[in-house]
Amino acid sequence: MSASQNVNQETLIEVKDLRKAFGENEVLTGITTDIKRGEVVVIIGPSGSGKSTFLRSLNLLETPTGGTVLFEGINITDPKTDIDLHRQKMGMVFQHFNLFPHKTILENITLAPVVLKKMTKDEAVQKAEELLGRVGLLDKKDTYPEQLSGGQKQRIAIVRSLAMDPDVMLFDEPTSALDPEMVGEVLELMKQLAHDGMTMVVVTHEMGFAREVGTRVVFMDEGQIKEQAAPDEFFQNPKDERLKEFLSKIL
Amino acid sequence: MADFSAKFYANFIKDDRWLGLVTGLKVTIIVTLEALLLGVLIGFLIAIIRSYHDKTGKFKILDILCRVYLTVIRGTPTMIQILIMYLVVFGASSLDSIIIGGIAFGINSGAYVAEIIRSGIMSIPAGQTEAGRSLGLSYRQTMWLIIVPQAFKNVLPALVNEMIVLIKETAIIGYIGEQDLTKAAMIIQSRTFDAFMPLLAAAIIYLALVMLLTFFMNKLERRLRTNER
Repeated sequence: MSASQNVNQETLIEVKDLRKAFGENEVLTGITTDIKRGEVVVIIGPSGSGKSTFLRSLNLLETPTGGTVLFEGINITDPKTDIDLHRQKMGMVFQHFNLFPHKTILENITLAPVVLKKMTKDEAVQKAEELLGRVGLLDKKDTYPEQLSGGQKQRIAIVRSLAMDPDVMLFDEPTSALDPEMVGEVLELMKQLAHDGMTMVVVTHEMGFAREVGTRVVFMDEGQIKEQAAPDEFFQNPKDERLKEFLSKIL
Repeated sequence: MADFSAKFYANFIKDDRWLGLVTGLKVTIIVTLEALLLGVLIGFLIAIIRSYHDKTGKFKILDILCRVYLTVIRGTPTMIQILIMYLVVFGASSLDSIIIGGIAFGINSGAYVAEIIRSGIMSIPAGQTEAGRSLGLSYRQTMWLIIVPQAFKNVLPALVNEMIVLIKETAIIGYIGEQDLTKAAMIIQSRTFDAFMPLLAAAIIYLALVMLLTFFMNKLERRLRTNER
């Protein structure tokens, strides 16, 4: 079974002419794309191409300086929109995990669902334990993040996002800070998520993941989408010159 | 030796003079607690306002007011502040000087506490805020549940330091007519014409107070560090 079978035509995120500048420095120079429910969009590109900024603009961790982002039909770039409400439906996984060091693993996972009244304490604990069991880390529930390996931390960070029942998961270079031998366990979990039908947007340097799990690969350069296609087409028949050059360097 | 016991008797036992030190200690503790409470309150408020301004650019006027407060309070002697508070601000009021002192020391301490807490908030990586916000927590919830607890732990040693300074600084409250520990020692001296005994006694009591505080704060610090190896 391939992940692409899960893709349907319902648009989840609609990005129109998205722009972001830090002072004079234009990082995103107009991005327009749709992300459909069930898609696994993998974004690649050289450093400084704006791919992380683009991802972080999707849940407004970066405030765009132009354009709009519609999530589930609602314009979340409108300042009048309560972004906190919509972020509950957009999970995010960071390069440096960003677990809460002063909370146990279980508390890390149950904090948001309980505080935001999505679940009672008991329900949240039950859900957390079930998710922890699925990723094989149930025995770590009462430890603190400090005591875990990088790979374990990242799997916990993914679980923490999943506990909110998101409609989409955003991954910002989730394996870049990991020791090589731990990359596999995180990618494996992400692959599993994709197969379960989770909509995912992934910024990564893992070409194997892009090829195997992605339903669409996007190449960004100079703050724009230069090329996007299904993985086979993308890797075997690249058209953009910059992309050809980029692929020749990394493959 | 006989000389020592005679002096000890004259300074502390005769006319129950030690009672003056006990009452003085009580005043010192009360003023310190008042100032501590007010100082932490002001400090927290200002630290949050200034961090929020630094992050979002909002609250411009409030931020300027906070900075004026910090500059003035940190740039003038505590003694002058106390005297102004007593003779000018509350000059016409009949408010007890133990309250006025507490307010003056609290306003003074708040400036230092504010900068301590702000440095604690700044010491927490931006990723912590981003993680909280990305889960859908509001700025306030993220601040309260994620940033402040970690910041507090990081600045506890500096806060203890400020508390120690505060305890000792209250010694100047004698200047506005309150009989604290230091003033009590000076009163004994004025009766017995012996400065060494009462001042030594006061010094020992201050030292004990500070050591007691340090002991409990170290305990608290260890408890807060349970999540680290």
